[in-house]
Amino acid sequence: MRIICPICGERDLREFHYEGSSKLIDRPDAGAGLAAFHDYVYIRDNIAGINEELWSHEYGCRGWLLVSRDTNTHEIMSTELARDAKFKRSENET
Amino acid sequence: MHYSAWQIFKNGLTGGSGWKPFWRTPEPKKKYDIIIIGGGGHGLATAYYLAKNHGINNVAVLEKGYLGGGNVGRNTTIVRANYLLDGNSQFFSHSLKLWEGMEKELNFNTMMSQRGILSLGHSDGQMDSLARRGNMMISQGDDAELLSKEQLKEFVPYVNQEDPRFPIYGGLLHKRGGTARHDAVAWGYARAADRLGVDIIQNCEVTGMVISNGTITGVETNKGIIKADKVGMAVAGRTSQVASMAGLKLPIESHVLQAFVSEGLKPCINCEISWGAELFYISQSDKGGLVFGGDIDKYNTYAARGNLPAMENVMEAAMALMPMIGKAKVLRSWGGIVDMTMDGSPIIDKTAITGLYLDGGWCYGGFKATPASGWCFAHLLATDIHHDVAEKFRLDRFEKGYLLDEEATGATPNLH
Repeated sequence: MRIICPICGERDLREFHYEGSSKLIDRPDAGAGLAAFHDYVYIRDNIAGINEELWSHEYGCRGWLLVSRDTNTHEIMSTELARDAKFKRSENET
Repeated sequence: MHYSAWQIFKNGLTGGSGWKPFWRTPEPKKKYDIIIIGGGGHGLATAYYLAKNHGINNVAVLEKGYLGGGNVGRNTTIVRANYLLDGNSQFFSHSLKLWEGMEKELNFNTMMSQRGILSLGHSDGQMDSLARRGNMMISQGDDAELLSKEQLKEFVPYVNQEDPRFPIYGGLLHKRGGTARHDAVAWGYARAADRLGVDIIQNCEVTGMVISNGTITGVETNKGIIKADKVGMAVAGRTSQVASMAGLKLPIESHVLQAFVSEGLKPCINCEISWGAELFYISQSDKGGLVFGGDIDKYNTYAARGNLPAMENVMEAAMALMPMIGKAKVLRSWGGIVDMTMDGSPIIDKTAITGLYLDGGWCYGGFKATPASGWCFAHLLATDIHHDVAEKFRLDRFEKGYLLDEEATGATPNLH
């Protein structure tokens, strides 16, 4: 598996560290309550198919990436900086 | 037929004409008391104990592929009871006792071999931690023995004690641990359950659940709708997907765990060894192949194959532990999909749907749990009460804060 880092280009899997589901970007507000945090911390969709997930380019630029990857085949559909994805999401909300 | 030395003798004289298939291949009935989804070790053990312990034999086990074709046939066959936490400790202790009586219980040779499990320590701190674990195991009623460097030289002379980065300080030996023939465990439970009247239906994939007013009444399959009062899921790495048919979301991620086997060698490794510096373990099968593996690949996947970095890690660990292994050739490797929970411990519980029960989240350690998992899941299905030794494997423990985090790594399934 090789991942295309938007900053460094295509790199080997060894340089990256898996950080979990992309839902971790959207942390609930502090007052959102137990159910919201239980869902955020523990519950996962665990999709067999295209999964949105976070990777950090640990041994490269150390950037956090939002990667869209097929969990059945390991094929990578797209990558972007998690920062940009987060920014887009908050723009859409406002 | 009850297997015995007499039967071998008799069938030897009659050209083997008396041997029959281990189990029937029935067509599904319209309705069962209990349906178990998943014909792996856990599902088959559950069906067996439902019939044996609770007298419920109107039971079907639905298997989408062939029996024993999932994780029960893809693991590294290790059996042990060396857990630390209250909740895990009593469960795996119960499981090991069932392993010890399994061959007699099932009238089937599962090739249980209690050759011992050795966990190595590489620092004073790690030796303290092993001593603590050993004391917990002894207080649970199991066995543990702390071995010094000198004792290790006697017991496992081929281990490299002087690795500059990870010198070996000692180890914890769990003599009652060992290995068992994984396929035989599935076949043994299937045959024993079948003899008690359980229907084992292969090539029967569950495609949906029939739920009305929050109660399950049956399952949709590629062989039509089959009704049931209760349905139990025991589907290993596919737990999230099967549960999603009932609209459930679970604290589980699916990951891949790789394993490796070398060419057949003469007996050289006398026990199962767990390296302490990184996750790495090795044993030798009865066929002579070295069976070894390490950590999961650490990213979500349903592809039953891993990537090279995890493989490389395992090989490096093997070379650091026992340089002699460099002479052996790797014959094959494979990957199995494991359902990693958010605290690294399993779930045996009811779900939000009345009549739907869950046995899953066994992470990379489901094989050793097979008999106790079946025993406790059958208890829950039959009585609606958690069995004493599995009462902490609740689904709501995440919400309530009663995690069983054996590795102490928090809600990061890829690090358990």
